[in-house]
Amino acid sequence: MQGKSWSKYLLSLPPMAYLLIFFAAPTLIMLFASFRYPGEYGGLAPWYLQENGRITLDLTLENWQRLLCTDIYIRLFIKSIGYAVAATLICMVMGYPLALMIARSGRKSRDLLLLLVILPFWSNFLVRIYAWMIIFSPVGALTRMLNGVLDLFGVGPVTLMYSPTAMLVCLVYVHLPFMVLPLYANLEKHDLDLLDAAQDLGAGKWRRFWLITWPLSLSGVIAGSILVFIPVLGMFAIPDLLGGTDGIMIGNVIKQQFMESRDWPFGSVLSMVLTVTAVAVVLLGSRLGQRR
Amino acid sequence: MEITELLEIVTVSRHFDDFVALDKVSLHIEAGEFFTLLGPSGCGKTTLLRLIAGFDQPDGGDILLDGKTILAAPPERRPLHTIFQNYALFPHMTVAENIAFPLRMAGIAKKEIQARVAEALDDVRLPDKARQYPDALSGGQKQRIAIARALVNRPRLLLLDEPLSALDAKLREQMQIELINLQKDIGITFIYVTHDQGEALALSHRIAVMDCGKIVQVDVPERLYGVPNSRFVADFIGKCNLLEGRVREQQGDSVIVELDGLGPVHVCRSETKFAAGSRCALTLRPEKIRIAAAIVNSADDESHFTGHVHDLLYLGDVTVYIVTLANGLLLEALLANSASGRTNFFEVGDQVEVAWSCDAGHLVLD
Ligand SMILES: Nc1ncnc2c1ncn2[C@@H]1O[C@H](COP(=O)(O)OP(=O)(O)OP(=O)(O)O)[C@@H](O)[C@H]1O
Ligand SMILES: [Mg+2]
Repeated sequence: MQGKSWSKYLLSLPPMAYLLIFFAAPTLIMLFASFRYPGEYGGLAPWYLQENGRITLDLTLENWQRLLCTDIYIRLFIKSIGYAVAATLICMVMGYPLALMIARSGRKSRDLLLLLVILPFWSNFLVRIYAWMIIFSPVGALTRMLNGVLDLFGVGPVTLMYSPTAMLVCLVYVHLPFMVLPLYANLEKHDLDLLDAAQDLGAGKWRRFWLITWPLSLSGVIAGSILVFIPVLGMFAIPDLLGGTDGIMIGNVIKQQFMESRDWPFGSVLSMVLTVTAVAVVLLGSRLGQRR
Repeated sequence: MEITELLEIVTVSRHFDDFVALDKVSLHIEAGEFFTLLGPSGCGKTTLLRLIAGFDQPDGGDILLDGKTILAAPPERRPLHTIFQNYALFPHMTVAENIAFPLRMAGIAKKEIQARVAEALDDVRLPDKARQYPDALSGGQKQRIAIARALVNRPRLLLLDEPLSALDAKLREQMQIELINLQKDIGITFIYVTHDQGEALALSHRIAVMDCGKIVQVDVPERLYGVPNSRFVADFIGKCNLLEGRVREQQGDSVIVELDGLGPVHVCRSETKFAAGSRCALTLRPEKIRIAAAIVNSADDESHFTGHVHDLLYLGDVTVYIVTLANGLLLEALLANSASGRTNFFEVGDQVEVAWSCDAGHLVLD
């Protein structure tokens, strides 16, 4: 028995080491960096000063004060959370019926449908965003058609590109499979006898769904929501390319701090807040999932 | 007891492509009855039950409840409930919530639901399990909760599809007794499906024996066992010896049958008329056969033959002797091991005599 538990630890050693080196350690380094001064040409200033052979720490709370003394960043965080919530909800509303339909279809068509869900992964993420840029562009077919129709009702032309709508459409498009797959994995395991039993005991279609299928699928809903919410929260590529000036999210600012502004310490502060938010969401999700 | 007809199944058929799962099945089920559908695996019992419950539609025929067709009503609007083989308790609801489910669906007030759930839990003798989740229950407990849930809003009819097949033998016997008592107490009509003939005989008021999508015989247990109407029923219900032969002559209810290789035997109290010369089989239950080293003071109307013990099966309370008769036929006979100080009366190879009275056997036509 002892040998067995030893081999269990041994097997989990490589992934543990991997996570420690490439996740835990960098997070700690970032946390440390958030208390340091920026270097003159980017990067970080030394964290100690050497004066007359005496070594003093050179750390600061300024970066954290900067986060809190204006409301720009807080509002940006709230806006990003808003986008993430919206994208997650839309993915859920669209993904749930899809996952349910796949889970209830016959063996053969089920495999095909699943393949179709993951098909977009076969092409590059950026390529797919560029495709949306073409679709949304002011001279693109979609915009022209929409404006043509709007014109009939005497409404002025609109632009789709560089708008929160464009961003949301693209965020949902990219993350939908992350909602559908865990939901499918959950729904596919449901015992259909339970639905027959519920019907037999007097439950109509809607009550069968809301009282049986939905509560039994909650763990899938939570898993899918986490898988959508967290990447959307930190997303910068889609706002960069499709969001325009209004569509900036916290990920863009973090990237900006590390690249253009060369303020690594403040970038670290923002990414620490992002990490904590993400961890909080996961913990909340797993708490909800544990409840009956 | 006033007998009223509750459920009427009129020439119901169900085909799956070319396969005939039910072939013009007709049945009448009376209010308050414990009615059993008995038959080998694949004979269409579940199919018939699903039609009654409304999960499936017949290709022909009609199903009437209290004289009115229910075919148009979906399962949720039929005043009957089903006990599923795997119980189908809702895993995310407590036992109390499970039992409350049909009451909630019927829109009954919270207060009354509570009272009735408590009452239902008392009925199945599990009052302290209300707050537990189904996965914390044993098989027998799950079974009782499923029954409580199905009975709590007093359906007209309860359909049970092999509800005890997942339980071990001892628990099954205990649950059988509980089912009989429960059914008697609440007076709700049960339609019970099983392929276990012993269970059917023990539980039912009446049994319909099915084979290949057809009803073969509907009768009370004693008559199914004593007066089977066909080889199939004789063979399916209990142990039975089938002796082939030909009808020689009939006078009233007394028939002389020429058994192949054994000669004429006398069968009395026959209910059917047989044409002389028709092929038939004499069904003889093992316990109706007398077996002895030498049959003394044999009655006039007894048939008796000599044979050898071919094999024996010691079962504790009884021993089954398999006797080879003159024509090579193997006959099974049963002897209770009631004598003290010895296990078996005979050994393999012993010469024995077997005999049966004229009303022991029953004739079935080919
Ligand atoms: N949906 C279906 N499609 C095709 N054939 C079916 C279907 N349902 C049942 N059958 C066939 O109908 C026949 C009767 O099935 P049914 O389930 O009623 O048998 P059963 O008497 O309940 O048997 P068991 O004792 O094994 O449960 C079987 O041969 C089965 O293969
Ligand atoms: Mg069955």
